[in-house]
Amino acid sequence: MAAVLEAVDSVVDKQPVIEVKDAVKRYGTGDASIFALNGVSLTIEAGEYVAIMGPSGSGKSTLMNILGALDVMTSGQYFLDGIEISSMDENHLSIVRGRKIGFIFQSFNLIPRTTALANVELPMAYQGVKPKERRERALVALDVVGLGDRIDHEPTELSGGQQQRVAVARALATRPALLLADEPTGALDSKSTADLLDLFDQINAAGRTVVVITHEDEVAHRAKRIVRMRDGKIISDELNKERVA
Amino acid sequence: MSAFEILRFAFRGLFINRLRTFLTVLGITIGVASVIILLAVGNGSSKAIQASLDRLGTNSLQVRSGGQGFGFRARASANTVKPLTILDTVALTDKTQAPDIKQVAPIASTNGTCVVGANTTTPSTFYGTWPAYYEASNTSIQKGSYFTNDDVTQARRVALIGQTTATALFGTANPIGQTMKCSGIQFTVIGLTTVKGSSGFQDGDSLVLIPITTMENTITGNQPLNDILVEATKSTTTTAAQTELTAILDARHGITGRKTADFSVFNQASLLTTASTSSQTFTTLLGMVAAISLLVGGIGITNIMLVTVIERTREIGIRKAIGAPKGAILSQFLIEATILSLLGGILGVVVGFIGSHFTIAGTKPVIVPASVFLAFGVSILIGVFFGGYPASRAASLRPIEALRYE
Repeated sequence: MAAVLEAVDSVVDKQPVIEVKDAVKRYGTGDASIFALNGVSLTIEAGEYVAIMGPSGSGKSTLMNILGALDVMTSGQYFLDGIEISSMDENHLSIVRGRKIGFIFQSFNLIPRTTALANVELPMAYQGVKPKERRERALVALDVVGLGDRIDHEPTELSGGQQQRVAVARALATRPALLLADEPTGALDSKSTADLLDLFDQINAAGRTVVVITHEDEVAHRAKRIVRMRDGKIISDELNKERVA
Repeated sequence: MSAFEILRFAFRGLFINRLRTFLTVLGITIGVASVIILLAVGNGSSKAIQASLDRLGTNSLQVRSGGQGFGFRARASANTVKPLTILDTVALTDKTQAPDIKQVAPIASTNGTCVVGANTTTPSTFYGTWPAYYEASNTSIQKGSYFTNDDVTQARRVALIGQTTATALFGTANPIGQTMKCSGIQFTVIGLTTVKGSSGFQDGDSLVLIPITTMENTITGNQPLNDILVEATKSTTTTAAQTELTAILDARHGITGRKTADFSVFNQASLLTTASTSSQTFTTLLGMVAAISLLVGGIGITNIMLVTVIERTREIGIRKAIGAPKGAILSQFLIEATILSLLGGILGVVVGFIGSHFTIAGTKPVIVPASVFLAFGVSILIGVFFGGYPASRAASLRPIEALRYE
């Protein structure tokens, strides 16, 4: 497993993967404005496995969108893998997303009516990876998530757990600096949830940085560091004693 | 990302959504084809009107003895009316004075009954003339031969007859070479004229044509001409020909100053003007119908393209989230829209061409080349614009907004 991932993997940098300074996200203006994020600072080093927790409305999804370069913040700075992206325009952000981040969404977000293999290959196509290499890396990634025999299935022909594993393979295949999962188990049964969390453990063990946004304790407690949020602020940030000696 | 890759994505997108692709292409096809066929029908009927006008002989003029109008003035000048003569006819053939006149035929008319055995008929038209008459009056023969200038100079007793006359006298038998008696004189039928149909009250096929010399020698004696038939060189020179012949006849008949002319000229060009005005109105009407159908077709294309993009906003969001640049997404949708429009447009042109081969509502459609380019061009412009514009908006969305789209 680790050997396989190493084949897929690139050199892991020593600088922080995520460095957020005083992030503010405000919706609306004046008195009616709401601070979804109210001065969040967070540093995540390479190879960490972090869970961001909090009830709904705590700002964790907003933070996830900003970490994933899917949304921009109102003020503050964000360095992803050493590159400041808080001032980038949407077109550059899409390139950053493709090269630096692997997404795993609650609702899987696979392209409909497209095979698992094509779904995994898609981000690499946008990055300009050659078709032959793309195919090889996609096959390896699908093998890693245990779907080597399902490559020609379309999303509707796969179970929720299998679809999510296709999404993981898609995220892994681009060799991202950061694997970002937003409520990845939200739509899965307990068996699939356990399988997926095992997969995350393995991916992290292979040296990959993993950030999981969740409100489930079961999921959060598999991480090595737990960040808790409430009302747009970080209220606690501690190592998970069960997992880190 | 290479252009080939984007093209592949576009084809894949079209193939995956087969039903939608098919319906879109069908919509464009119908829009384009209907415009082409509709305008072809309009053009065809306009051409048909033109053709029947040409058959009437729009470049012919008729000169008749007597002043224009009726009543006191006409009667007052009646004493001084000089009849139209063969010499007048010959004078009109002067190429230097009348360069726009192609040829001239005299018409002497009589009433007579023709008899073959027990069969009799009174032709509504019984003319003595010469060969220039054929072209000037658009008369041709379906069987036999024309009488010639030689027949005229020799005053031979030969005749051309129309279909109605032939049927009345000979039934279904071949009339060519048979003899008949008209006004007591025996004629040999040498030609059967092509069916003309009736024009107004008169049956154009109840017809007997004989050399003018024969008529004068045997039936009428030296009577004045009823008409002179004048053919202009072209339909556009009819008016010039009229001016020229009026000048010649004025001089010959001593019409000067305030003296009223003792002859009248009937111009088929006025008929042409009326007919072409009505045919223009008809074409304009059909053009408007075609424009409306193109507009409706365009709205259909717009609608489908908008729905297509809106329906795929979430997919666009996914593609953006996993690193698709705006350009790649926009190109993919633009290419999809272009392929759809092109395919629909080409099929529409093909269907339009095929459809125009059939007779529609009694009209043989004639394709207007401009309508093909117009319909094709407009459908492609609409398809690409309304496929491209919403795609460009969707591609500019932040992925988080596009992903929220359900």
